Amino acid sequence: MLFYYLRLGALSYRRNPVLSTLMVMAVAIGVGSYMVVFTLNYVMGGDPIPQKSSQLYHVQLDSGDPDTESDPPEQLTYLDSMALIDADLPFPRTATSKFFAIVEPDGETRPFSVMGRGSYADFFTMFNVPFLFGSGWDRSADRELQQVVVLSRELNERLFGGVDSVGESVLLDGYNFQVIGVVDDWTPIPKFYDVNNGPFDPSEEVYIPWPQIINLDMQRSGNTNCWKPLDGSGIQAFLNSECIWLQFWVELADRNDRQLYQDYLDNYVREQKQLGRFQRPLNNHLYDVNEWLLLREVLPNETRILSALAAMLLGVCLLNTIGLLLSKFLGKAGEIGVRQALGANKASLFIQHVVEAGFIGLLGGLLGLGVAALGLQGIRILLGDLMVTDWIQLDTTVVTVTIGLAILSTIVAGLYPIWRACRINPSTHLKTQ
Amino acid sequence: MEIGPIFRAMWRNRIGVALIALQIAFTMTVVVNAIYIINERSRLMARPSGLDEANLFYLRSVGFQEGFDEESTIVEDRILLQATPGIIDMTVMNAIPLSGSGSSTGVRVNPDANGPSTYTALYRVDEHAIDTMGLELIAGENFTTAEVRQLGRLDSGSTAPIIITEALAEALFTGGAAEALGNTLYWQVDIPMQIIGVVKQLQAPWPTFASIENSMLIPNNILDGQSLYLVRTEPGQVNTMMLRVEELLADSNPARIIMNVKSLEETRADSYRIDSSMARILLVVIVILVFITSMGVVGLAVFGINRRRRQIGTRRALGATQGQIIRYFLVENLIISGIGVTLGAVLTLGFNIFLVQTFNMPRIEWYYTPLGMLALVLVGLLAVLGPSRGAARIPPAIATRTV
Repeated sequence: MLFYYLRLGALSYRRNPVLSTLMVMAVAIGVGSYMVVFTLNYVMGGDPIPQKSSQLYHVQLDSGDPDTESDPPEQLTYLDSMALIDADLPFPRTATSKFFAIVEPDGETRPFSVMGRGSYADFFTMFNVPFLFGSGWDRSADRELQQVVVLSRELNERLFGGVDSVGESVLLDGYNFQVIGVVDDWTPIPKFYDVNNGPFDPSEEVYIPWPQIINLDMQRSGNTNCWKPLDGSGIQAFLNSECIWLQFWVELADRNDRQLYQDYLDNYVREQKQLGRFQRPLNNHLYDVNEWLLLREVLPNETRILSALAAMLLGVCLLNTIGLLLSKFLGKAGEIGVRQALGANKASLFIQHVVEAGFIGLLGGLLGLGVAALGLQGIRILLGDLMVTDWIQLDTTVVTVTIGLAILSTIVAGLYPIWRACRINPSTHLKTQ
Repeated sequence: MEIGPIFRAMWRNRIGVALIALQIAFTMTVVVNAIYIINERSRLMARPSGLDEANLFYLRSVGFQEGFDEESTIVEDRILLQATPGIIDMTVMNAIPLSGSGSSTGVRVNPDANGPSTYTALYRVDEHAIDTMGLELIAGENFTTAEVRQLGRLDSGSTAPIIITEALAEALFTGGAAEALGNTLYWQVDIPMQIIGVVKQLQAPWPTFASIENSMLIPNNILDGQSLYLVRTEPGQVNTMMLRVEELLADSNPARIIMNVKSLEETRADSYRIDSSMARILLVVIVILVFITSMGVVGLAVFGINRRRRQIGTRRALGATQGQIIRYFLVENLIISGIGVTLGAVLTLGFNIFLVQTFNMPRIEWYYTPLGMLALVLVGLLAVLGPSRGAARIPPAIATRTV
């Protein structure tokens, strides 16, 4: 029966090609545009590490200026980060920040600069960083200031032609670092572990044990905020200052651990208060990945404005479809009369027209995929190299949702026209035939 | 006039009329607010930075080898560039306007830790800054070579003469630039800084900074192993000089690398990339929506005309002219559009209130809504013109036939 109705739908399409094509186009444009915005929203506002997002917590301590009323600082000071790293607690944790360095390749190639990340050993296991070769370092490397480095896949290709380079050495700012691992493609969107410095920035090209940034005096990079003038000059004054520039993450398996860690943080801050720091009221937070991304409003305003506009665009296209379906179905009053006279009941007429609307929706959805692909490509071109744009593309979820949304919304849009069509009185129309 | 029959006919097809009116209302809401957003972004993008952007580029010189001496490298580089034809001047700065990265600080008129402070961008420059950037000095004078100091890495602030922008002068002193000149500002609570000059305009490095016109120039450079050069070229030579200078400097001293070579025009385009993308996306949305809606109007008109062929024929047979038939459909469309744009005006303002409250944008100007209404009525009339002319050509003889 379904095939018979589909055939009727196809016939009906051919009988009224202009009207039908207009409908397919309206559905395609409406659904396609909506899917473009849907893709942006669901990746940019999505969960970058779904397996672990509820166990990874960003630490926020309110070390801000007591004389102003601002939100707690987004990052940590050096003093606090080191205290939390050294805490005798069993939870995986890492402080992390960016730096940049000059790499001197062997041979004729000119030296070039790379973006780097200093992190602690737990970083790689906490964030499920995939390795192509080797692995991350262990905690002894952090403590013993070993000169080890993890390379990105791209840098490994640039320096070693993509072969297993574990054990080779790399000159960073004139210091010899030994390659201990090579990361496979890894670009979380958003880059949740450092939203302060571009939530859609690419991952860094080298990773080194964080203490080396201070030890070897690397060029620090990334957002640094100081509310209090430094006490003296030089690196030690900076390290002892209230400047915030490190991100701190801890992995806590369950509510108990979370409570334990929260208590630890509160106690730590109370101790610091006695030393004259943390003059604001106690206000320490642990945010899991999704809470943190939401709090930091990682999703750009533009995406939210576009969402509202795309919803209205889809609305207009569906209103259009209702109007056109109404015209089309009422235009076939004669045919409907004949089918009724030949014994078709209301239910089968209803199903026939639902199938016909669904058929138009399916065509609209298929064409809508093209519209969405075109739109996404356009956005990639517009954004250029402003941010990582590899993810701006159709994936299976988007394809499924597009087709489903197109069929469903066309059928919903068709309900009123179908109802009208089923109410047609056969006798009046048979008379004029 | 046939207003009565038009209304009665529309009432019989009220759902169809409501569908089109709603489409027009939503289309107007989107189109008017989209145009408003585009204009808002264009206004931001059109703000001048105060610099001679067309003829400027910058680069970073980063030392990486033992024995790299930043201070002497700067001196050598300056000599090299001054001898290069096509280069007008260069300055060593800590941050590039429009680049999105730099430093800011609070300054006070009184050395009182609890007093109000005014936020301003902080540019560390040398005595070549004003000439290189092409700033207009409206009061006082430029830094002298002797005033420019080289500071160690992470040196805390120390007293220095400063040059500020007119906007910052006006924010701090009721008498503006005239009162500012010779006065003292306090930095990091109690470090006095004497204002020796005022420039007309120099934007802060962040396009979204609330006090974007507040900038302060300090004559010093921090020796931290890397220096940022802003270079001004003869008109039209930026692109060739960018390549020339990069090579020249890279070859002159192998203990450092030259990176981030970029023109200021490119920097501006990158900084406003989201805004210009948004404007283009919205433009596409407007075109699509107007197209879809006009197609809807056409579709419904054609449908209505086809259903009424015999009535139209009968009217023609009874003496109605072609003009009267066309007028009938135009008036009908006018009524539908009228309902649509009236509803649209309400929705437009409602959506704008949402935008203003959610995204902290300025309110829409009053004239957007009436212009939008007018434009959509015109679009509707244009869309219906074709079908109604078709209707006018229906021969009167059709009244005598049975379909």
